[in-house]
Parts: sequence; structure tokens; C-alpha cells
Amino acid sequence: MPTTTIAGRQIDVDAEGFLTKPEQWDEELAQTLAANIGITLTDAHWAPIHFLRKDFETQKETATLRRVSTVGGIPVKDLFALFPGKPAKKMSYIAGLQKPKGCV
Amino acid sequence: MTDMIVPSFDDETSTGRKLAIICSKGNLDMAYPGLILANAALGEGIEVHLFFTFWGFDIINKETMGNLKFSYLGNTAMHMPGHFGMSMPQGMAGLPGMTAVTTKMMKKQIADLEVPEVPEFLDLLHGSGAKMWACRMSADMMHLEKEHLYEGVEDIISATDFIELTDGAQLLFI
Repeated sequence: MPTTTIAGRQIDVDAEGFLTKPEQWDEELAQTLAANIGITLTDAHWAPIHFLRKDFETQKETATLRRVSTVGGIPVKDLFALFPGKPAKKMSYIAGLQKPKGCV
Repeated sequence: MTDMIVPSFDDETSTGRKLAIICSKGNLDMAYPGLILANAALGEGIEVHLFFTFWGFDIINKETMGNLKFSYLGNTAMHMPGHFGMSMPQGMAGLPGMTAVTTKMMKKQIADLEVPEVPEFLDLLHGSGAKMWACRMSADMMHLEKEHLYEGVEDIISATDFIELTDGAQLLFI
């Protein structure tokens, strides 16, 4: 697996650029990850990102969009507005997690 | 930072892609493929149009959408759960009450995977920006109006209208 330099730090990523070691993530890094894909984080962005991190601790896998909506309580429509195009992938990238594996 | 590896979420190849899905079946097991593929495509930023026609109308008819059924009558691929070599006898599928049993079984398997039931799935698709269309001829045949259909349905339109608005789309007929 490659490493890349993000915000002056050596970070382990997969071929696409998703973090492979969630423990290397912190909120400062999230700002840079977001900027990398053209997103400026607001409070509204932080809510789902914090949910993803918290959910990952117990589930050991990245929550799908539906899970962020049903368990995290953030409507899917809002997620598409906050992270346009590919919300599940964009959120998990910023949260320093792998993209979700589940179909739904 | 020339060596930074960043995912290309908004690359040229995926922008402008369009998918049209024609849902023509109203069995529980034939409703899900269209819904799941639509959801996957929406999550990839693809513009998705669903056209519900004939039996597929049951997926968006408020009276039936929460109560789709599964029968293995005529489906020789059906096997005993967990026993792939053992076919279920076709004759048994026709017994009274068997459709209720198999429907319940399938619904449980779907729920176990945390995949929502049809009405909630439609909410998910609607929230994700799917465009849902109902077939004019089917509506006329069944004497149904827009108020009988799921709220997220954009409109009742003709086949010609659908072909027109999915110009350039990839198409799935289910």
C-alpha cells in the first residue's frame, strides 16, 4: 500500500487515496482531505463525519448512506447537498475511512 | 505535494452519465433489482430515471407497494434455504398459504441485510434524487391517478415521453 504526504504528514492510503489506517486521522487532517476534493467543511459537514467515525468504532466498517440517515438521523437529501455527486465516497474519504462495502 | 494521492470523484468519465431503468414486474423479488441498482447509480452521481409499467406499477401503487409478494411457482432455481442442491417441489408452491410463507421468508432475509422494505426504499431513492415516472397506458388500464401513487413519482407519462427524456441514457429493462 502506498503512503502519501497530506498536511505535511506521511499517511497510508490505498490505490485510490482512501486512508487505510483510520487512527492516522484527526480533524485537522479532515480539513485538508476535504480541501483536496473541493469541499470546505462547515458544521453541517461535521455532523455526518463525526457520525461515521463514531459508528466505525463499534461497527468496524464504514456506514452506508442509508445508515447515516436512519441511525445518524441526517436525511439522505442533505448528504447529497453537502457532498455532491458521490456522498458516500466523499464522506468516508474525509472521515479517513474506506468507502462503504454495503450495497444499500 | 506533487505526490499526493487523491481520489478522482468528479472525473470526466462519470459526469453526465445517465441510467434509465424500466420496472415491469411487481413480484417482491423482481422489484428489488431495479431499486438496488438505482440506489447504487445515484450514489455514484449518475442521473437515474425509473419508469414503472404494467406489473411494475405495484411498486409505486400506495395500496400494493408495502405488500409485494414472492412465489417460486415456475422458478426452478428455488432451493431449500441453505441447501443449494435441494429443489423445492413446484407443486408445493401452489398450495394455499405457500406464497405468504415464502414472502415472509424472503422479507426476513432482506431485512437481515438491513435493506429497507419497498416504501422506505422509494423514500431513499427519492431523497437521493431519483426521478420516478409512471406509465400512462398502465395507469389508464388500472384506472389509477397520480394521487394513488407514491408521492415521489414525478408524473404519469407516455412511453414516448420517457424515451425522449432518457436520451443518451444506458437502459435496463427489469
